[in-house]
Amino acid sequence: MEASIRNRVRDAIDIDPARRTFRIARSSYVDADIYRAEMETIFSSCWLYVGHASELAAPGDFKTRSIAGRSVIFVRDGEGAIRCFLNICPHRGAQVCREREGSTNAFHCIYHGWSFGTDGDVLHVAEEDTYADGFATAADRNLVAVPRFEEYRGFWFLNFDADAVSLRDYLGDACVYIDRVVDQAELGMETVGAPQEYSMRANWKLLAENSTDILHVETLHPTYLDLIRTNSEGQIKRGKMEGNSIDLGNGHSVVEREATYGRPIAKWISLWGEDAKVEIDGIYQRLTDRYGEEIAKKMATYSRNLLIFPNLVINDIMSLTIRTFQPTAADYMEISVWSLAPVEERGTVALERRLTNFLEFLGPAGFATPDDVEALESCHRAFAANREAPWNDLSKGFHDPAGDTIGETKDEVPQRAFWRGWQQCLENAERLP
Amino acid sequence: MNSALETRLRVEEFLIREAALLDDWRLEEWGQLFTEDCRYLVPNLTGDPYESPARTLYMIADDSHHLAERIKRLGKTTAHSEHPRSKTLRLVSNVRILGEENSHLKVGSGFTTYRSSQGRTDTYFGKHEYILVPAGDTWLIEEKRTILKMEALRPHGRLSIIV
Repeated sequence: MEASIRNRVRDAIDIDPARRTFRIARSSYVDADIYRAEMETIFSSCWLYVGHASELAAPGDFKTRSIAGRSVIFVRDGEGAIRCFLNICPHRGAQVCREREGSTNAFHCIYHGWSFGTDGDVLHVAEEDTYADGFATAADRNLVAVPRFEEYRGFWFLNFDADAVSLRDYLGDACVYIDRVVDQAELGMETVGAPQEYSMRANWKLLAENSTDILHVETLHPTYLDLIRTNSEGQIKRGKMEGNSIDLGNGHSVVEREATYGRPIAKWISLWGEDAKVEIDGIYQRLTDRYGEEIAKKMATYSRNLLIFPNLVINDIMSLTIRTFQPTAADYMEISVWSLAPVEERGTVALERRLTNFLEFLGPAGFATPDDVEALESCHRAFAANREAPWNDLSKGFHDPAGDTIGETKDEVPQRAFWRGWQQCLENAERLP
Repeated sequence: MNSALETRLRVEEFLIREAALLDDWRLEEWGQLFTEDCRYLVPNLTGDPYESPARTLYMIADDSHHLAERIKRLGKTTAHSEHPRSKTLRLVSNVRILGEENSHLKVGSGFTTYRSSQGRTDTYFGKHEYILVPAGDTWLIEEKRTILKMEALRPHGRLSIIV
């Protein structure tokens, strides 16, 4: 007899305070019932990232995206306001926009010809005179807006739960680290080009764990480390790096640590040449002027791996990237990755450095990310043996079971934070069977 | 045989040999096909594939330094995504001479590349565009631009080989 979902969620985390062990049931990654429960709870009640304001530069600009399986239209309306609608015709349900991106005055449904403004209001109902008076102008003819849609510093999120707490409250302490990223720009941040779009044949939670995991870097990514040693002619410090891994609450976490690579803002390496040193020293000085020495040092020479539960990663590392992943089954996710850069870098060599740094590590053709794909897909394949070998171990640095909120950079604090957030979210859900 | 046709056949032979080196994982020899100031470019799958990699996000935008490092990486057992090595086959077709300027040839081809590994087979397809410079009775590659025609790298999940 199968245990109920509620019991499986309760038993997914196994903590032994005496032995200071923290384990995860591997069935939690592969079980299709757990996946369905996650979609009905986590992905229907948490704030989910949609896009960055800079992606919609002008009125009428739009992107269509799949968020938790729902097709949505992310659009800047004719008045300049950013909005988000479910991409479904109020009439008979066809997608009113089948383009992935573009600029338009209106969305036209191909099925029966209804059309809608970029503000979602219905413009045209076919054969309007055959309906009752007022039918074609009633509010329920309009496109349906997502229940909640809020922004923090250019990052737009939706929530399918109309009663959710505000985005600001949901992000909580994570805002400090978002600020520390966004404040590096003098004229604001913008995305550069289109996102890289790839996938993984693995459970989405593996990528959530991986994105703030520093422990794997030396073992999984030695070929990247070889590259940056070549690039910096050995000037990069080896050994222990200063920094911490931190549980930010609500399943969010961050690892902030001394960078082991050049950073466009603002840590110079020899590969970039002497002119760049002058430029980067100037950036560092201006950060110091604006934010003081301590914060400027963290902004410039430390990296940040930030996970916003459940599926947004803002990694301010050798380059700045936004990564979001949409599970479509227990064993598959679609991943989108953007490069983010300060507006003032447009057309400069600084942007070129940032993009080169990006491609050296990140993306499906980088010197590191393909090996993450390999490792996580191999985990997922191996989890088929979850009955015989049931537990993943996340005990590293689990010193204080009662106050496990901060640790060394390579401790598994962020992964434990994620799983506590996961369990809390599922257990609080009323709809859980 | 007219000289245009002969040039096309010689180029086609060159591209088939290039594909064979990659299929056989003879990457160092493949690297020797490039000039010292070469570029190896794979634009992102969305957007203008000819926009400068200095201004927009690519998949790969290697200069000669990064290409040499990429080849070194793929030769290591710690390039985990390609160790154990995937089995691959590259089919090259639709070879055309697109132009000639100062003895540099601009060449286009269509390709299908199969990659098989860990129980999965993925298909990559698109077009290659080359700038070839004469070197004795053959050429060196000054630029190779691979324009992938899939909508996204899904379900491939990676571009860990040279397609």
